[in-house]
Amino acid sequence: MKDQPSYPKGPITQIYGQAFTLRGDDIDTDRIIPARFLKCISFTSLGDKVFADDRSEMNGHHPFDLNINKGASILVVNDNFGCGSSREHAPQALMRWGIRALIGQSFAEIFYGNCLSLGIPCATASAKTINAIQNHIENDNRHYWTLKIKKKKIFSNDQAWEVDIQQGPLEMLATGKWDAISQLMSNEEDLLKVKNKLPYLNQFKKF
Amino acid sequence: MWDLHRIAELPGGSTQLFVGLHLIHEVTSPQAFFALKEKGLRVRCPEQTVATVDHIVPTTSQDRPFADPLAEEMLCTLEENCEIHNIKFYGLKSGNQGIVHVIAPELGLTQPGMTVVCGDSHTSTHGAFGAIAFGIGTSQVRDVLASQSLTMNKLKVRRIWVNNTLKKGVYAKDLILHIIHTLGVKAGVGYAYEFAGPAIASLSMEERMTICNMAIEAGARCGYINPDEVTFKYLENRLHAPKERNWTQAISWWKTISSDEKAIFDDEVDFDASKIPPTVTWGITPGQGIGIDEKLPDPESLSPSEKTIAQEAYNYMGLTPGGTILDLPIDVCFIGSCTNGRLNDLKIAASIAKGRHVAKGIKAFVVPGSENVAKAAEDEGLVEIFKNAGFEWRKPGCSMCLAMNPDRLEGRQISASSSNRNFKGRQGSATGRTLLMSPAMVTAAAITGRVTDVRTLQ
Ligand code: SF4
Repeated sequence: MKDQPSYPKGPITQIYGQAFTLRGDDIDTDRIIPARFLKCISFTSLGDKVFADDRSEMNGHHPFDLNINKGASILVVNDNFGCGSSREHAPQALMRWGIRALIGQSFAEIFYGNCLSLGIPCATASAKTINAIQNHIENDNRHYWTLKIKKKKIFSNDQAWEVDIQQGPLEMLATGKWDAISQLMSNEEDLLKVKNKLPYLNQFKKF
Repeated sequence: MWDLHRIAELPGGSTQLFVGLHLIHEVTSPQAFFALKEKGLRVRCPEQTVATVDHIVPTTSQDRPFADPLAEEMLCTLEENCEIHNIKFYGLKSGNQGIVHVIAPELGLTQPGMTVVCGDSHTSTHGAFGAIAFGIGTSQVRDVLASQSLTMNKLKVRRIWVNNTLKKGVYAKDLILHIIHTLGVKAGVGYAYEFAGPAIASLSMEERMTICNMAIEAGARCGYINPDEVTFKYLENRLHAPKERNWTQAISWWKTISSDEKAIFDDEVDFDASKIPPTVTWGITPGQGIGIDEKLPDPESLSPSEKTIAQEAYNYMGLTPGGTILDLPIDVCFIGSCTNGRLNDLKIAASIAKGRHVAKGIKAFVVPGSENVAKAAEDEGLVEIFKNAGFEWRKPGCSMCLAMNPDRLEGRQISASSSNRNFKGRQGSATGRTLLMSPAMVTAAAITGRVTDVRTLQ
């Protein structure tokens, strides 16, 4: 594993980084993180375990093991990615490996929601566009890519493709309100008002 | 009270609620603190947060390091987190350690009109003081640590009015087991249960806590009882209770928060306390209770959903429909837990144990709910009574309520237990069997070695 990556925080307007592809439809969460790794008191060690069984089967040739993909943060997948069990361990494992954005033809609903709550956008595009992006990456994957959230576009060094991000999640990401904590922390002023008026925190004064 | 704590209305219709008291313990807090660390956040209001250790502590020797390295690691993590974040921690041998739902009331931390949360479902206990109190999950523990608030949907209120008073030999535990049996274990979903009426008013604070503690077993996230003179008297002079001028002012505020006589409830149910017998569970959910004189139910007479679980329970428990629970031989007797591990519970148990002896072959042990309970029991001579009667006297903790420590059933042993859950395997053996009952009934069972009507011993 690389050094402790910094996890998504605050408003997310763009993801900049190396991209790689993982081809195949209907990749389920059991494959992303096999059930035996769910027995843990924290999500910390999941990064190494992402796609554990697929990887051991491919003996070092899995995209998540290739040296060239080390440090990449954008993953381009195909259709119905993340289907199956609702485990939050799946996006956690991807995030802890280093993934910060996913682009694909479609994503399973629960997986999509779990990703959003971690601050990881899942952008979608037609099968044709996805294929074009994947080809472009595979032809030369040393370049850096940028996913711009509000513009709904992904840029390579020389080209750009339109992608779709649902309006609600887009706003949540762009404003930084994609998880409960940041929602709750954004009302500091109102919180103080309540705190300063609670009798039991203010010597039972009458207000 | 809800409005007083409301910070904002959130999209989707939930409310952001301010948390007045956040209790934490070693089991559900480590992942939450870890999440804070990862996000680079601090604890928003350390002074509103109090920690103790209860679930994993051994009750024989509490010398460190614990024999179980995982338990030791959990305690170390909690100690470290409290240290880093400046959180008051009532640790072992501090004099104030104990089960979180026992110590917070006893130290005067829980007060009327507060919002109280803890990563533990039995937080409903604290509602006995006229507080809004409920259990939360680990991700909410994280949210509360970071923001001193959480998102919550407003609950409906079912008022449970209990007339008359409990008969001799019948206790708060019997009353709540009877209520859960009558209403069912899912009836409370979406509700807070407000307990009221002459029978509730006549209960002590400790008995009221027993009632609210098990509101969760009825499916209700909160239990609630209006604060009154009994509440105030209990709180007076406790460690964290308001003092002097604040005390008088506190009382005048607390008096204003009682729900009004004419309040309208979403639902109302009545019970007659005088008709309730000592009640014991025979199955694998807290709703499977019967009066000590009753016959075990015929599954065919039950509703379809109850029927399936009743059949499962008969298979698991090895009991037969139409039989009695009375005289069923038992193996282990456990007095303790956040339901019935308080001083009053031990006093009642000791009054029955006094001058008698635990039956041959029965393992009986008493686990006080806190270090303060232990000390008071010692001072009042209860410990001696228990020891003379052949009970083991242990150190405070959750113990065999959920068996995360070395106290556990073996094989198919049957326990008479003063705790709150009789789920399959709850007491540490995958095939172990649990009968829930009052501490008085547990003591009676220990003396005779069988399920016994405590009224015949009194
Ligand atoms: S005594 Fe039992 S129910 Fe109460 S907090 Fe401990 S484990 Fe939970």
